[in-house]
Amino acid sequence: MNFELTEERQMLQDTLRRYLREKYDTATRNKIIESDTGYSAAIWAELAELGVIGALFTEEQGGFGGKGFDLTTVFEELGRAGVVEPFLDTAVLAGGLIADLGNDDQQAHVEEIIAGSLQLAFAHGEPTSRYDLNRVQTTAKSDGDDIVLNGHKAVVVNAEAADMLVVSARESGEPGDNDGISLFLVPADTKGVTIQGYALLAGGRAAEVMLDDVKIPVSARLGAAGKAFDAIEARVAAASVAQVAETLGAMETATRLTKDYLGTRKQFGRPIGTFQALAHRMSDLLIEMEQARSAVINAAGHLESDRSVRESHVSAAKNLMGRAGRLVAEDSIQMHGGIAMTQEYELAHIAKRIVMADHRFGDTDHHLERFIALSAA
Amino acid sequence: MDLSYSEEEKAFREEVRTFLKDKLPKELSDKVRYGGELGKADIERWHAILNEQGWLAPNWPKKFGGAEWNAVQRHIFEEEAAAHHAPRIVPFGLSMLAPVLQKFGSKEQQDHWLPRILNGDDWWCQGYSEPGAGSDLASLKTTAVRDGDHYIVNGQKTWTTLGQHANMIFCLVRTDKEVKQQEGISFLLIDMDTPGIEVRPIVLLDGGAEVNEVWFTDVKVPVENLVGEENKGWTYAKYLLTHERTNIAGVGFSQAGLTAVKRLARAEMAGGKPLIQNPHFAARLAQVEIDLQAMSTTNLRIISKAAAGTAPGVESSMLKVKGTIIRQEINDLARRAAGAYAMPFASEAIEGSNAGLPDPLSAGPVAAQYFNNRKLSIFGGSNEIQRGIIAKVTMGG
Repeated sequence: MNFELTEERQMLQDTLRRYLREKYDTATRNKIIESDTGYSAAIWAELAELGVIGALFTEEQGGFGGKGFDLTTVFEELGRAGVVEPFLDTAVLAGGLIADLGNDDQQAHVEEIIAGSLQLAFAHGEPTSRYDLNRVQTTAKSDGDDIVLNGHKAVVVNAEAADMLVVSARESGEPGDNDGISLFLVPADTKGVTIQGYALLAGGRAAEVMLDDVKIPVSARLGAAGKAFDAIEARVAAASVAQVAETLGAMETATRLTKDYLGTRKQFGRPIGTFQALAHRMSDLLIEMEQARSAVINAAGHLESDRSVRESHVSAAKNLMGRAGRLVAEDSIQMHGGIAMTQEYELAHIAKRIVMADHRFGDTDHHLERFIALSAA
Repeated sequence: MDLSYSEEEKAFREEVRTFLKDKLPKELSDKVRYGGELGKADIERWHAILNEQGWLAPNWPKKFGGAEWNAVQRHIFEEEAAAHHAPRIVPFGLSMLAPVLQKFGSKEQQDHWLPRILNGDDWWCQGYSEPGAGSDLASLKTTAVRDGDHYIVNGQKTWTTLGQHANMIFCLVRTDKEVKQQEGISFLLIDMDTPGIEVRPIVLLDGGAEVNEVWFTDVKVPVENLVGEENKGWTYAKYLLTHERTNIAGVGFSQAGLTAVKRLARAEMAGGKPLIQNPHFAARLAQVEIDLQAMSTTNLRIISKAAAGTAPGVESSMLKVKGTIIRQEINDLARRAAGAYAMPFASEAIEGSNAGLPDPLSAGPVAAQYFNNRKLSIFGGSNEIQRGIIAKVTMGG
């Protein structure tokens, strides 16, 4: 057993933490959130230069990391600083699928991704799929040497900024079947693609993506026809590990701010942290923080394991983080009082990030059911 | 023991329903129902409709132009108003300041201010909290120094709800620094147009700007705007707080909220079936519904006692704590139900959207409401303060 980061990961963590502490404060973030694009191209480029994106890909793929603990090292720092730039979407999800499934031509994009010069989005969820990965209704029909896509993709994060979309569509079977789902690499400006964008409550932007007789060449398919499900599930597992680490980082910021506030805010002539009612609550949060960290480590450490072991730990982590995250976000706000409700105070954004993470890749309940099903199997 | 309403109470409920069906404008109820933002004009419009009916001030005595309803009638009205998605009555003038003026104000103050409140001539806001005086309100530092026929006011108030609409503010100010904190506070009425007042909006985490900071720099306030006696303001403030706590349980809001969650959960699909059939979600829903049923009866028990003339004491603190926990739990269920569609920042009014279709518009700003309503357990005496009161009253010390 060894719970220390490797030297490389430790260096990456230090560099990233230092950079974000200097460059990414609440005023900066709020300005980025209110901007039209919802992210900063300058920060994106600088972080790419620091190796943040390269750390998310394996050496074979052209990066220098790509393992569970590489993802958690990067995303914990991004979460700690409340970074809203779409690393999860461009690199881990869409970029990861290209790296996992792409042919040589398609994999050539990975270099651009790592260099920070390509933006991507993963267009998978649909209005009635909720958190099920196999409930794909969007259709892909062959038409000579072309494929024609039709469907509605819901809450596609980073769709407006994306140069290309990785779109899932069904070539055979019914919604709910694992078989029959394919992935396609679709340039965002392809005829028939309509992107209706909106801001997200916890920063960043997403869109409804309408596919209306979108014609693409067969060569746009990623991997084998109808066989994309396993790759999608594995990539969503990686994204979930990245996301729980990001949430852990945000929770650390929330508890740090709350601890500091309890020590400095005075009411009734004494620091409010000296009231036992608050001191005990703070202690409970710190206990849950340790649980959260362990759940993230468990999930990251099993990301390269067999499917059932991997997915069981992913679901365990998502379930626990949903519960612990809600407790930390709500109690941090409560112990601060009104100040935490103001957008200019750091905790406001951080708390939103923590809670809204439960709405991506499956919430607490979804993963509880999934954990039960995986344990029974 | 009889859990049914009396014939008179049933007839009253019918009367309220008929009124709401006939007189509540759909534009307003749609905004409430789908989480749209109510503007100043919307609220003034609803107040005017209620005033026309004589129901704007249910808790005022008839001699001041109120409806003088008993506690059960008020409860019935609140329940029906929430069920019909009526806008909430803005309480600052009507149910916070007015009872203080009626009990402690001079005849001149009553004759001047009370009709203006009913007619919507003034929009009042509350100047209580300060950056350094939240839960510990008595430590407030805004000063009022007597200078001839005026007080000169200096300081800063915060969390002033809807202060951006207000032309008048009632304030707690310090008029004596030498005595015990609670004994040096006075209750002043201040015209917001007086030179030296500045209102700055506070942007909240849900994107809304409903609260403000109000700054006072050498603001001249005529002495006739002092309510009651100098340095007795804390007594009046405590009296006001007991009125702020009527409808503190928010049963009507919770019932309307639960109905909305069920509607959402019937439309949202999970695993190819409506979410409402999902056992885990159904269990969460049932749990909060069971709690709400019990609290509703607790509320009625306390209200009945109040109707019989016993002033609610520690019970109002209990209702505040339990009521806010339940409302916040319902907000949590609503955001859960919406799934990925809780993520969009839908703070804008969503008139004209296709209710029932799961898209970012029909889910409404459920997550924004969840975050906004974290305030419920913070304001009006935080739940920690309420628990302190409960402990003190029931266990001494």
